[in-house]
Amino acid sequence: MPKDSGIGASSKRREDVRFLTGAGNYTDDINIRGQAYVYFLRSDIAHGRIKSIDTSAAEAMPGVVRVFTGKDFEGVSGMPCGWEVTDKHGAPMQEPPHPILAQGKVRHVGDPIAAVVADSLEQARDAAEAIDVDIEELPAVLDMKAAAEEGAPLVHDDLKNNICYDWQLGEADDDKVNEVFANAAHVTTLELVNNRLVANPMEPRVAVAEYSRGTDEYTLYTTSQNPHVIRLLMCAFVLGLPEHKVRVVAPDVGGGFGTKIFHYAEEAFCTFAAKACNRPVKWTASRSEAFMSDAQGRDHVSKIELALDADNNFVGLRTHTYANLGAYLSTFSSSVPTWLHGTLMAGNYKTPVIQVNVRAMFTNTVPVDAYRGAGRPEATYQLERVIDKAARELGVDPVALRRQNFITQFPYDTPVALTYDTGDYNGTMDKLEQAADFAGFPARRAESEARGKLRGLGVNCYIEACGIAPSNIVGMLGARAGLYDAATVRVNATGSISVMVGAHSHGQGHETAFPQVVADMIGIDESMVEIVHGDTSKIPFGMGTYGSRSLAVCGSAMVKATEKVIEKAKKIAAHLLEASEADIELKDGQFTVAGTDKSVAWGDVTLTAYVPHNFPLEVEPGLEETAFYDPANFTFPAGAYACEVEVDPETGQVTIERFTAADDFGNIINPMIVDGQVHGGIGQGIGQALLENCVYDENGQLLSASFMDYAMPRADDVPFYTVDHSSQTPCTHNPLGVKGCGEAGAIGSPPAVVNAVIDALQSGGKAVDHIDMPVSPSRVWAAMNS
Amino acid sequence: MTQVSMTVNGKTVSGDVEGRTLLSSFLRDHLSLTGTHVGCDTAQCGACVVHVNGEAVKSCNMLALEADGAEVGTIEGQANPDGSLNVIQQAFQDHHGLQCGFCTPGMVMSAAALLKENPRPTEAEIRKYLEGNLCRCTGYHNIVKAIMAASGQDVSHIAAE
Amino acid sequence: MYNFEFKSPSTIADAVAALAGEDAQALGGGQTLIPTMKQRLAAPATLVRLGGIPELKGVCVEDDGSIAIGAATTHATVAREVADKYPALADLAGHIGDPAVRNRGTIGGSLANNDPAACYPAAVLGSGAMVVTNSRQIAADDFFQGMFTTALDEGEIITSVRFPVPQAASYQKFLQPASRFALVGVFLARFADGVRVAVTGASEEGVFRWAEAEQALNKEFRPDALMDLRVNPMNMIGDLHGSKEYRAHLVGVMTRRAVQACI
Repeated sequence: MPKDSGIGASSKRREDVRFLTGAGNYTDDINIRGQAYVYFLRSDIAHGRIKSIDTSAAEAMPGVVRVFTGKDFEGVSGMPCGWEVTDKHGAPMQEPPHPILAQGKVRHVGDPIAAVVADSLEQARDAAEAIDVDIEELPAVLDMKAAAEEGAPLVHDDLKNNICYDWQLGEADDDKVNEVFANAAHVTTLELVNNRLVANPMEPRVAVAEYSRGTDEYTLYTTSQNPHVIRLLMCAFVLGLPEHKVRVVAPDVGGGFGTKIFHYAEEAFCTFAAKACNRPVKWTASRSEAFMSDAQGRDHVSKIELALDADNNFVGLRTHTYANLGAYLSTFSSSVPTWLHGTLMAGNYKTPVIQVNVRAMFTNTVPVDAYRGAGRPEATYQLERVIDKAARELGVDPVALRRQNFITQFPYDTPVALTYDTGDYNGTMDKLEQAADFAGFPARRAESEARGKLRGLGVNCYIEACGIAPSNIVGMLGARAGLYDAATVRVNATGSISVMVGAHSHGQGHETAFPQVVADMIGIDESMVEIVHGDTSKIPFGMGTYGSRSLAVCGSAMVKATEKVIEKAKKIAAHLLEASEADIELKDGQFTVAGTDKSVAWGDVTLTAYVPHNFPLEVEPGLEETAFYDPANFTFPAGAYACEVEVDPETGQVTIERFTAADDFGNIINPMIVDGQVHGGIGQGIGQALLENCVYDENGQLLSASFMDYAMPRADDVPFYTVDHSSQTPCTHNPLGVKGCGEAGAIGSPPAVVNAVIDALQSGGKAVDHIDMPVSPSRVWAAMNS
Repeated sequence: MTQVSMTVNGKTVSGDVEGRTLLSSFLRDHLSLTGTHVGCDTAQCGACVVHVNGEAVKSCNMLALEADGAEVGTIEGQANPDGSLNVIQQAFQDHHGLQCGFCTPGMVMSAAALLKENPRPTEAEIRKYLEGNLCRCTGYHNIVKAIMAASGQDVSHIAAE
Repeated sequence: MYNFEFKSPSTIADAVAALAGEDAQALGGGQTLIPTMKQRLAAPATLVRLGGIPELKGVCVEDDGSIAIGAATTHATVAREVADKYPALADLAGHIGDPAVRNRGTIGGSLANNDPAACYPAAVLGSGAMVVTNSRQIAADDFFQGMFTTALDEGEIITSVRFPVPQAASYQKFLQPASRFALVGVFLARFADGVRVAVTGASEEGVFRWAEAEQALNKEFRPDALMDLRVNPMNMIGDLHGSKEYRAHLVGVMTRRAVQACI
């Protein structure tokens, strides 16, 4: 029987009521009396040297408050990078400055050159058009391999070249790796592109800042997944402000998908300008602006080689990847192609020797950073495509080849620095085979063929490292932050509870799922527990929401704080019941004395905590506890996905006919929400595989600069999905046994789609073994006819 | 500035606007009806869908002055008179048809227009009708399911998990 | 967008007078013009709304059996009202943009703009329709003059479009996946005196008639009659959504499918 409340129940989302009635409070809904508006004049060329900027005409325009250029920020630090990667020779990565407004050069289309603050947005825009900028255009650096060559134009003049770092993980001895490949019975090689994507949360980014001269305090409202991170970075590294004078609020946020993790120049600008202009300053990105200022995702070019022995066991894996970082280092950009990517190259398989090589490049494009999955989709795509290709070359069943090489003993130390605590890859694959009805595929293929269509079945596995992350480990790896989280459980006198959490909910349903945990622990109704998030003035601290970490990390902090509350409440209950604390039990909101019929209700205990007339003298009044939780390890959600496509051989059009996901997320708090997270991830994964592509021309102009050219998945591009998460091996090291589910769909689905397309084409006798994403009709047709 | 008057959610409203003032701006900035969202500038995303004289339109792609004298319906006017969620809104909650909530007002308004035109749409008809409404969170599964449920169809056979 | 003076005349005469002003521009449904103005790529001093002119709206059947559609009639209205009179035209109108766009966008606006990937130009050219303006009648073959270019004079407005109704017709649209305009769209109409094939989305020159296909189909009206025909890829649009060769290929596929649909 499904539960109707608490852990494991599909409780309906309480936040839905405000969103369904238009009562949400998104950042652009916030207007502060007297606010001015900022418009950023952005570069329309990809690479150039700024010779002069004349703002005098603009300053004289109606409504203009002030015009800012890079000069106004000469004494201000630039945007920081939060992760220092050490290259394979032990040297730190090259780390160029990232100014708030361009200084000296523009480095990508969209790079902000000047900012006009005016009484209205249209006035600001009018004035921006009157700014006279003289830029000497320089050759744009776009192709990553060309950018690495000696003599290539430099994106950053002060760096020795365009290579941020050459990084390696796994087997460092090239001879040993070469030997494995030389002795292999079979080697499969694949070169592929992981296409650049634009995250495109439906809500564009917004920042509104105000400053009070009376109190010297700032408030920044911003579309962020992690307001404390923004406050810390902006105060400590950019503007040099004391944190206690700065409040950062991320109210309702309309989707993030990674691109709202990062600290952006516009946030720092509005905060700075609010004081400089002594007016609240508001910035709302248009979608066009988002396309050239939100950090973008993926953009890897890889060569992957898989070595197998005569029995088809994986014996070696080697990858060489070029990773595009864009023109500047966005907040966590450096970690994505390295520690979030290389570490996942073992996948679900016991390959003994792995070497991962990553060369990260600066180019004249929008910065690239984490997008749903962040490094893990890139790893999974390479691995699962090369395995599929190997199976086809060897003439063996792709599923059998995977099963044969699965890791089956846990804990398992991979050759690429991770320790998987638990998993059951065969069990998850069993679930997939059943849920996806592999047995019925031949009949479905025959039916498609009767209609002149090619049908393919693609399968893949994935593993991800979530619950990011143990601070001591990430510190050793170069993170400039800890990755714990925090929660305060504040019990009110009448027994209701406010939980202040460091995780931010922008679609994930924390406001519903987190109370399920606390209410379950105490045995009270979920409606008595409320989650507070997104405001640095209300919550103790928080590293925010990304990397499928909220429940595994922040949820664990919440459990710890709730345990502390219960422990204290038991002391009070013991006093009221005149019993020993050790004999007190809490169940269904009642404290009882074991073995007796004596009891006191939760609400009586909480009231006593705040009206402590009859109270244990050694205990403080009140009932509120805070806990920080630093995870002991990553969590390792894993799964197996299957996609069935039909290909129209005349046009190359691919349609997704069936999509099935079998995931192991460990324990599950709210199955309905987990399903929804997987659905959304699959939607984005199908988008990457079939539709989405961020394209620059040879001059660095962004061709896919709006929804007119950047193909977002729509309702009729996708089918109903089948999602099975009954395979559950609980995480062994966090109190809830949870692993995280936010990114799985986006990580697991692209290879399934592409594997299915290849299967379909080969079934039709086409000698096609790879097509780069997006697998558009044009590309499929070209591959079929090449 | 020109005066514009219209009925919004049954209430007569008026205000002074410029020629270039969009209907979405009039609703959000002049009337503080911020439930109507703006997610793009090319009339693709549909977060701004409202009803004008009973028809779904993209309010960021229509001038406020074009709506002079019109009857406009927004998400704020969709709930039942007692404040409870209407059938479509309730189905979205029951079937988890929303996550971040940003596209939701446009989705609900489009769904309402669809069901008025076609009270019992098929899955394919729903997917086709939502061509102008982008959602980045749900993968559309639960939106389609919610609209089918709101039209009185049994959705228990649609795999949830 | 830049500001402008907004005028909403209620007669064609008033609209023509308003459009005589400097930098005046007609506003149909605004589904292309308003986004263009948001990008500040158009800056009319006066915007003259045509949607408030009753005589520009509606669908009626003329004495000769042709269908006259008022220029300010929305795509949704056309889709609804010509469904039984000219199903292929209704089908085309019912697949432009999305439902909300179809409730605003108008046939006149679409034709005056003549986007190379728009659907309506294919229907008008494929049907051999007559574009009626405030001052004259322009045959479809003379109206379209390359992408975003038409025979309309400054200040001239389309008042209606008259479509002769063919014996059979079909519009086959292959979607550009992002914009949902036509990557390639083929409108094929079979009249007693011959077949017309109009192609949109594909050519650098905008909508065009595929004369070789018409000749072949006039000889033999079946898909196979087109198997050896191919439009010249050199004249096709090549972009991130499809190469010139791919578009040329699609023109053939979509035309054959249109023939099949008419049989």
